[in-house]
Amino acid sequence: MNCPECDAILNIPEDASVGEIISCPDCGADFEIAKKEGSNVELKQAETVGEDWGE
Amino acid sequence: MSKVCIVFDRLRTEEKMLQKEAIELGHDALMLDAKITQINTDSKREDYDFGDIVLERCVSYFRGLHFTASLEFMDIPVLNKFEVANICGNKMFMTLLLKKNNIPTPKTYFSFSSESAAENLEKVGFPLVIKPVIGSWGRGILPLKDKDTMEAIFEIRDITDSPHDRIYYLQELIQRPPRDIRVITVGDEPIAAMYRKSSGGFKTNIALGADPELCEITKEIEDMAAKASKAMGGGILGIDMMEDAKRGLVVHEVNNTVEFKGLVKVAQRNIPKEMIEFAINYVRK
Repeated sequence: MNCPECDAILNIPEDASVGEIISCPDCGADFEIAKKEGSNVELKQAETVGEDWGE
Repeated sequence: MSKVCIVFDRLRTEEKMLQKEAIELGHDALMLDAKITQINTDSKREDYDFGDIVLERCVSYFRGLHFTASLEFMDIPVLNKFEVANICGNKMFMTLLLKKNNIPTPKTYFSFSSESAAENLEKVGFPLVIKPVIGSWGRGILPLKDKDTMEAIFEIRDITDSPHDRIYYLQELIQRPPRDIRVITVGDEPIAAMYRKSSGGFKTNIALGADPELCEITKEIEDMAAKASKAMGGGILGIDMMEDAKRGLVVHEVNNTVEFKGLVKVAQRNIPKEMIEFAINYVRK
């Protein structure tokens, strides 16, 4: 599928799971896999790093 | 066979490793995204499938903490417990509890306004290390070496003025080798440790590029880690220690949702496997 931001081709590994982050190799935008049914993948904008992120 | 529920908000290597180990041990692994889960005051355990035990693994501290509160409200066993997460997520609460339990920890000064913090710093003397009470990966941590730096940092805090910016946590600068020690404890037992070596700067966080190197768990490290874990309330924790030139080991941090993708590369024991086994046994007791 293509990057929603810059239209570059996104390579989504077959074993990728819902909740995983995919980064666009061209523009660097991060997307979260929202749904995945076979080869149908739905992406949403990934959350940005928050002040409370981490261990 | 048991069912382990791994609650996440961003699926990282660690959560996938936990899932894999649970399956390999013959259990069911349920991956649950906290961001799309809805809970209300009438919610009951039977309304959901949270399995036999939940491992709360959110990257967002507040999301994980509040999610844990919801789970405990429904009497669902969760690791770590709310009280442990609450304390470990706040450096001031954690430091106070370490000290209360006679665990060596760096001397830390608390002030509740920039004026008071400045007055204290001038009295104690530079440098002191400023740390946000909430936050991780070394963000916002820096040594205040002189008055100019202090004034600049305090001014920024007064402008941003988030609730936690009003809490000033200033810690003595420990004279130590350019590394610290991360120990992972599972049920108060240290299972793996590594040195996190600074990549040139002041900080030693793996998230910032520090190099992991296997650290032998000596009797001193073992005792100190077990004591720190017990003081926090147990569970699955990451205990951070520094080697103080004068006092020996001091514990400066205890982490709640411990990351281990760095340590797993050098550890002799299978960290995610031990976590899953502990979680399963935790509900069997």
